Amino acid sequence: MTQDDASLIPTPLDALHRALGARMVGFAGYAMPVQYPAGILAEHRHCRTAAALFDVSHMGQALLHGAGADAALERLVPGDMLGLRPGRQRYTLLMHEAGGILDDIMVSRLEDGRLFLVLNASRKAADLAHIGAALPADVRLEPLPERALLAVQGPAAATVMARLAPAVAALGFMAVAEASIAGTACLISRSGYTGEDGFELSIPAEAAGRVARALLDQPELAPAGLGARDSLRLEAGLCLYGADIDETTNPVEAGLTWVLGKRRRMAWDFPGAPAVRAALEDGPARRRVGLRPDGRAPARAGTAIIGRGGETVGEVTSGGFSPTLNVPIAMGYVRADQAADGTALALRVRGADLPARIAPLPFVPHRYVR
Amino acid sequence: MSTLRFTKDHEWVRFDGTVATIGITEHAQTALGDVVFVELPEPGRELVDGEACAVVESVKAASDVYAPVAGRVTEANAALAEDPALVNRSAEDEGWFFRMIPADPKAIEALMDADGYAALVATL
Repeated sequence: MTQDDASLIPTPLDALHRALGARMVGFAGYAMPVQYPAGILAEHRHCRTAAALFDVSHMGQALLHGAGADAALERLVPGDMLGLRPGRQRYTLLMHEAGGILDDIMVSRLEDGRLFLVLNASRKAADLAHIGAALPADVRLEPLPERALLAVQGPAAATVMARLAPAVAALGFMAVAEASIAGTACLISRSGYTGEDGFELSIPAEAAGRVARALLDQPELAPAGLGARDSLRLEAGLCLYGADIDETTNPVEAGLTWVLGKRRRMAWDFPGAPAVRAALEDGPARRRVGLRPDGRAPARAGTAIIGRGGETVGEVTSGGFSPTLNVPIAMGYVRADQAADGTALALRVRGADLPARIAPLPFVPHRYVR
Repeated sequence: MSTLRFTKDHEWVRFDGTVATIGITEHAQTALGDVVFVELPEPGRELVDGEACAVVESVKAASDVYAPVAGRVTEANAALAEDPALVNRSAEDEGWFFRMIPADPKAIEALMDADGYAALVATL
């Protein structure tokens, strides 16, 4: 148990987690709640049927200041940053020169023009160094280690938020705005990592406990830990950096071709563009797919995927159990000729080849606000 | 009169003099969280003392279950295939994993009693 490992960094909500009876684990150097007493299944289902509150303060937050911030960021990502309008958010990738992915990040343009970045916890130090090294003199990167990040996710999220910050309920999907909750100015986006409608709230650390308690006072909302966050994002077919995507995966094989901005894939002017272009034009050698074992045994990350001839055709990168469908589910990469929906394969679990099929992603339909 | 014993790996063993019933402890099920799948040994399988012979999977991870003593498996709990959460609801009764004929009944006597196991759990 890593519960009392003093080397772990507590989030601003550490005392609240412990008061709520969370089981704390180490994740990316932080002490994080993996589950509360309700348990992962109940927390997951509550998010799908009502709304859940997640502490994701381990994630990196930063601002890019300066008129050339968008152009500077475009030199690192394949998305259209120049075309990102104020009040809008976009998912993009920090690209490796060889076409791999250094991180998947969220970028928002605030009304005053600054760019607000959200980075994966495990990558934030590397990301900040990478971005900082690429900036011209008139663009400044400001890390925001003193801010907490909360996620309110689920079909009742909008009802909850409308009660606390009425203006926020009018936000469209992937829109951002500043709003006050419990007397605290928060930066709020309509986005998340569960496949549900929801919001992410960037909050000054010292006010995070007050805002979290105001949220938890709402009857629809229950706390959920990293365990439910992982099973929710897997059902939603969303990539986990370090598992489903990394420096060795390119956006095309990962099924993330949609992140390539239209202008960017005319100019091919982002890091790794030649490799990405080749994967697009020739077709990738492997593809990220959903997998549905026929039986009840979950197949975890690292499980070999076996073709009909007994040859290894891929590997599971995320695998577990779907609380919504009540069956095991997984994602992984398979050879491109094995990637069609319905293809029969086997998953080698503890030495036994268990039958499985390629399944469309997401496993559970997204319910983002229109 | 049956004998109840425990292992350091958090299995319990109930021995009626002929057949030993094995499961995981209440402490273990709490630590694992929601159980979603259990893989059990086939009847007839000969187990070596300490052999990994069953798997219990929670939403998060898979954990091995070890043979508390050597012996031959006689029965697996079929109810767990349909309802793995029985392990959470009734770890030390209806959520039993398998039954076996121990090769040496005295090996069961040598395992921890309830007080010994409670003392072990208190140190965790």
